Amino acid sequence: MFGWLRDHGIIERNVILMAVLTLITISIGGLVQIVPLFAVETTIERVAGIRPYTPLELRGRDIYVREGCYNCHSQMIRPFRDELERYGHYSLAAESMYDHPFQWGSKRTGPDLARVGGRYSDDWHAAHLRSPRALVPASVMPPYAFLDRRLDVSDIQDRMRALRIVGVPYSDEMIANAAADLAAQATPDADPSGFQSRYARARQGAFDSNPAMVTEMDAVIAYMQMLGTLVDFRDVTPAQLRQP
Amino acid sequence: MAAATAMAALVPGQASEARDTSYVEAPLRAFAAITMVWGVVGFLVGVVIAAQLAFPLLNLDLEWTTFGRLRPLHTSAVIFAFGGNALLCTSLYIVQRTCHARLFGGDDAIWFLFWGYQFFIVMAALGYVLGITQSKEYAEPEWYVDIWLTIVWVAYLVVFVGTIMKRREPHIYVANWFFLAFIITVAVLHVGNNISIPVSFSSSASYSAPAGVQGAMIQWWYGHNAVGFFLTAGFLGMMYYFIPKQADRPIYSYRLSIVHFWTLIFLYIWAGPHHLHYTALPDWAQTLGMVFSIILWMPSWGGMINGLMTLSGAWDKLRTNAALRFSVVAVGFYAMATFEGPLMSIKAVNGLSHYTDWTIGHVHSGALGWNGFITFGAMYYLFPALWKKTSMWSEKLIAWHFWLATLGIVLYITAMWVSGIMQGLMWRAYDELGFLQYSFVETVEAMHPYYVIRMLGGLLYLTGALIMCFNLWKTVTVSETAIVAPAASAIPVAAE
Repeated sequence: MFGWLRDHGIIERNVILMAVLTLITISIGGLVQIVPLFAVETTIERVAGIRPYTPLELRGRDIYVREGCYNCHSQMIRPFRDELERYGHYSLAAESMYDHPFQWGSKRTGPDLARVGGRYSDDWHAAHLRSPRALVPASVMPPYAFLDRRLDVSDIQDRMRALRIVGVPYSDEMIANAAADLAAQATPDADPSGFQSRYARARQGAFDSNPAMVTEMDAVIAYMQMLGTLVDFRDVTPAQLRQP
Repeated sequence: MAAATAMAALVPGQASEARDTSYVEAPLRAFAAITMVWGVVGFLVGVVIAAQLAFPLLNLDLEWTTFGRLRPLHTSAVIFAFGGNALLCTSLYIVQRTCHARLFGGDDAIWFLFWGYQFFIVMAALGYVLGITQSKEYAEPEWYVDIWLTIVWVAYLVVFVGTIMKRREPHIYVANWFFLAFIITVAVLHVGNNISIPVSFSSSASYSAPAGVQGAMIQWWYGHNAVGFFLTAGFLGMMYYFIPKQADRPIYSYRLSIVHFWTLIFLYIWAGPHHLHYTALPDWAQTLGMVFSIILWMPSWGGMINGLMTLSGAWDKLRTNAALRFSVVAVGFYAMATFEGPLMSIKAVNGLSHYTDWTIGHVHSGALGWNGFITFGAMYYLFPALWKKTSMWSEKLIAWHFWLATLGIVLYITAMWVSGIMQGLMWRAYDELGFLQYSFVETVEAMHPYYVIRMLGGLLYLTGALIMCFNLWKTVTVSETAIVAPAASAIPVAAE
């Protein structure tokens, strides 16, 4: 039964042959699982409402990444009854189609954040981020009071250009107006027309209650308040949600 | 004839070991020492972040010391700094002796590998603390660190393959198959998972090329095979050399080695999607991931049997050789973790275990039990060998280390089983009126005692490692220098 194993000596005597056969052996699984995800169009559901992040939300997301929030918070709701009741509709692939990289996470030391947008007030988020245990005594989250500092916006256009290279549909107009749009979103009484025409349904606000300065806190709260709000599930049909 | 062929691939360094006295050794001593230094650092950061989850005040209100920034520091320190240096050290030691050839490139090339790899670790670690991260688990270093690691890794491949090519043995020893697959696959995974566009050439930040669902699949293709090839194939290379050496027996089965090798490397690569059960990843991919993860149980246990049965006729050595005890118990933990893994990859089980501490416990039974113990066993062998000492300074301290570390692991994994399963059940519990029974924060509160127990388990494991460091230090500085006796330690070709 194992007679063929005698021929294995040929491989054992030739390191290049062994390396090439190894490379082939380890390539098969990955190719089979990864390539179709790019090739099959229905992998990403065809739902309306998904747009790129606004410049302020994008910077908020960058800070979310920088602080390693994904280490304790998932952004991926599974199709279970309890998760529906606790967090909302299960997450769609479409909802993270502009996430470079994805923030699905793998551990819930804290709750899922995929649909945290609109669940709490801006003030609640600011107070909670500054001192989690002031609002939730049993929380084990670190305090993020240091986010009350000026947001670095110097490279916002570079960031949007890099994202355009990897497939996020930022237009020339969006990139040209990045700094103005960022300021407009963080200023409640700024003229919304240009900003709103570029980013449908994006909300303006003084997220950290301090309109005088655009802070990292503003950016993080703007990001969290839009999470999971882009798709209006009243308009979604089962056919649109079907994956291969 | 077949038997002779088999033996050649089966017995590590069967001919006189001292035939070539010009093996590269000084940089390997540096690798061995730095392995232990990074090990202690990694375990210490692990204890710190475990303590933070039990006592959040320990985040210290500083941005550089939050759990979110320190957790990648812990995982990278133990996997890439402790594990990586152990792999470099052992693979380069083993390939010389099983090929009877001096390392290709000589001392200079290995010193480049040493400093190049340490530079990678320091750059990555500094980045995490300062908030420079790609946020991809176990692949957090940013683009400039990734490019540097690629250069070092290609040099490693060239040294390793170059040494095998100039071998004076007809066959490539089985440990080297595993090391070769580890080096090649990690290169493929590292490059495949880190394709990204920097914000600018003066910026440390980048955005990964794939997004969302494709990005998730690629990340866990990488992530699971960092386990499969970095933490499994590479460490199996250690098993296939140090267990026969320490037990003074040839490997149990040549055929099993071949089947083990090819099935393991073929099957592992498919298992990634089990990290994405019930997510937005299409079902067909989830199902493939589950099926292959379950099949993977077989080669895993095949290799485990090959390692353990090598002790046939030498089981009594477990009583007297504490270092061998580490190596063998490591294989026991490997068996346990590779049984638990397929179990957790079943979708119905994963629905409960995913996002909970059960996963953390599973990972640590593999990391502390398998990777840690097989490395400790190898280092207890290597330090006297590399520093030309007759033996370790204290057998008794090895035994102390063994029992402290074992107790630490037991505390750790049982605490995580209880907390993980409990939290999973609490999330899905309903009261008699049909409402969710617990708020999220109530499930956090319930974790506290288990987080304290886990921290104590980690503390015991760290204490054991510190005892080991003391023992190794004494061995290097105090122990009797061995009188070089050529071939004395070589395994005779099994006559039976």
